[in-house]
Amino acid sequence: MSIRLHAIGKHFGKTQALEPVDLDIAEGELVGLLGPSGSGKTTLLRIIAGLETADREPGGRILFGERDVTHLHVRDRRIGFVFQHYALFRHMTVFDNVAFGLTVMPRKQRPSSGEIRSRVHRLLEMVKLEHMAQRYPAQLSGGQQQRVSLARALALRPDVLLLDEPFGALDAKVRQELRRWLRHLHDELNFTSLFVTHDQEEALELSDRVVVMSDGRIEQIDTPDVLYRRPANRFVFEFLGDVNHLEGSVRNGVLTCGDARLAVDLADGPEELLLRPHEVELAEKPAAHAHMPVTVTAISPVGAEVRVELAADWLGEPWLATIRHADYERLALARGVRLYALPRHWHRFPAERDHQPSKTVATTS
Amino acid sequence: MSTRSFAIGLGSTPKRVLPGFGLSLGISLTFVSLMLLLPMTGLFGQLAGLSLAEYWTIITNDRVVASYVVTIGAAAVAAIVNAAFGLLLAWVLVRYEFPGKRLLDALMDLPFALPTAVAGITLATLYASNGWMGRLLEPLGLQVAYTWVGIALAMAFTSIPFVVRTVQPVLEDMPHEMDEAALTLGASDITGFRRVILPHLWPALVTGTGLAFVRSLGEFGAIIFIAGNMPYETEITALMIFVRLQEYDYAGASAIASVVLFASLALLLVINIWQGRFIKRLHGGHG
Repeated sequence: MSIRLHAIGKHFGKTQALEPVDLDIAEGELVGLLGPSGSGKTTLLRIIAGLETADREPGGRILFGERDVTHLHVRDRRIGFVFQHYALFRHMTVFDNVAFGLTVMPRKQRPSSGEIRSRVHRLLEMVKLEHMAQRYPAQLSGGQQQRVSLARALALRPDVLLLDEPFGALDAKVRQELRRWLRHLHDELNFTSLFVTHDQEEALELSDRVVVMSDGRIEQIDTPDVLYRRPANRFVFEFLGDVNHLEGSVRNGVLTCGDARLAVDLADGPEELLLRPHEVELAEKPAAHAHMPVTVTAISPVGAEVRVELAADWLGEPWLATIRHADYERLALARGVRLYALPRHWHRFPAERDHQPSKTVATTS
Repeated sequence: MSTRSFAIGLGSTPKRVLPGFGLSLGISLTFVSLMLLLPMTGLFGQLAGLSLAEYWTIITNDRVVASYVVTIGAAAVAAIVNAAFGLLLAWVLVRYEFPGKRLLDALMDLPFALPTAVAGITLATLYASNGWMGRLLEPLGLQVAYTWVGIALAMAFTSIPFVVRTVQPVLEDMPHEMDEAALTLGASDITGFRRVILPHLWPALVTGTGLAFVRSLGEFGAIIFIAGNMPYETEITALMIFVRLQEYDYAGASAIASVVLFASLALLLVINIWQGRFIKRLHGGHG
């Protein structure tokens, strides 16, 4: 079922946790709400769930499909909610936890106990925990508990599934596994889900679309691909990955910063350019368009790439470059080696008052 | 040779990392002996002077048995009333914010702070037929002072903190998400409370109520003024002990006291064992 928000905002006392936002989520979509802590993402999720009430503003509406749920109590909204710390009922077995939603239904609508049993077992099978049915939550690992809590949330066949940092309390490997598993489950059952995370990698990997938030505002809503390639503003760009800064002044099409020089197609004046680590190449000689001497200070081969930390007199903060293993071997990289950085792309987000469009430029070599 | 002795040395005296075990345990045991065990030994010393038949006669004396009934009945009523209202008070103190909350919280300890005799006299004057409350209740046919209702009232007054103070921390530790989860699953407020919150508080509530009950069994000062002390009707067991003492019948007093003592100890033991099992389950079988 689709979710539509119109002018939903929230104040806690005098502080505005959420500026009035509009948001459309199509049926069957898996959408991530991404932002740093305090960005209002959890507040937004809890308002959709009905665990928090939005400010009473004329026109503020929440729709699930055609159903207006703005003033409905959480128990009548037909949502599934997964909490960061699982919130399982500790005095009940796994089976009773999953069955809870079915057993508290009004007597007339409640399925027979036989049907409840078979439904719960099917759910436990789905989360691969059927052999744990009689255990208590405290006897399960964090990942297993979160799977139980997911089965519990799905037991009532909710219209929408809402997840509040569902993998936040788990360790890295389990998180990876659960992420993939949730994606499969979503594709299989095709419910509409919305999840909150502060982990950009998680948001980009898992979501059909990502809603990036900061300071109670929605900064950008796009597919992970577009978000990464065409960030709407500096915040989104910086939040979605590691960033190298280059500050200097432009004169006659050359940006100078200490003894570093880079040919740019910009008007004269102070400039700040941003580069992703994979947009920095390393070479033994300077190129015609860039003369940027750097020293390697740390090397860590992580996965498919090698992360290289670079320092120089002209840099305030060290740069990070990710290069291929082949280049790593060709350049014979070691700590203390002096090289030249060659930016392949750079981005620039002029301060908002300039009203200039943001710019992403491939440097000509 | 040297490695061998090293290994033996390690195996025979495992070294404790936390310091001060010997000293702290020694002081603790001395304190327990002086403060708790010695008086109890004295009690049994008194009992040694009695034969089993004499002991039985004393503790099954009609008037004494009537006092057991009054004491246990009133204590049970007081404990049940306290369980309900103590839970409510703890709930209000933990879950809501309101002006005067700190004051109400501090007020909970008043029964501990007030000398029980003062409480007793106050209650007696309040509920006597010419007191503030007595004047209101008398026309309704409700006699509180000098009946077992008064006894239960005095017991409830002195033992309410036990329930509040045992339930409160458990309620504070209970994550809000737990009842939110129940709500998202469609539970009504009452169902959520009954099936999610109450089971969580159950061990603490039972312990608190049990402590309140045991405290009421032994209460003397607060009750004695409001009870009226009519033989067979409003005499409590503690009074029977006091009466024996005034007659210099130390053995008789000890005999009756031992009944109260055993009843209390047995109850506390049962609660402890039961609670241990319950908590084990919450902590995955190895708590």
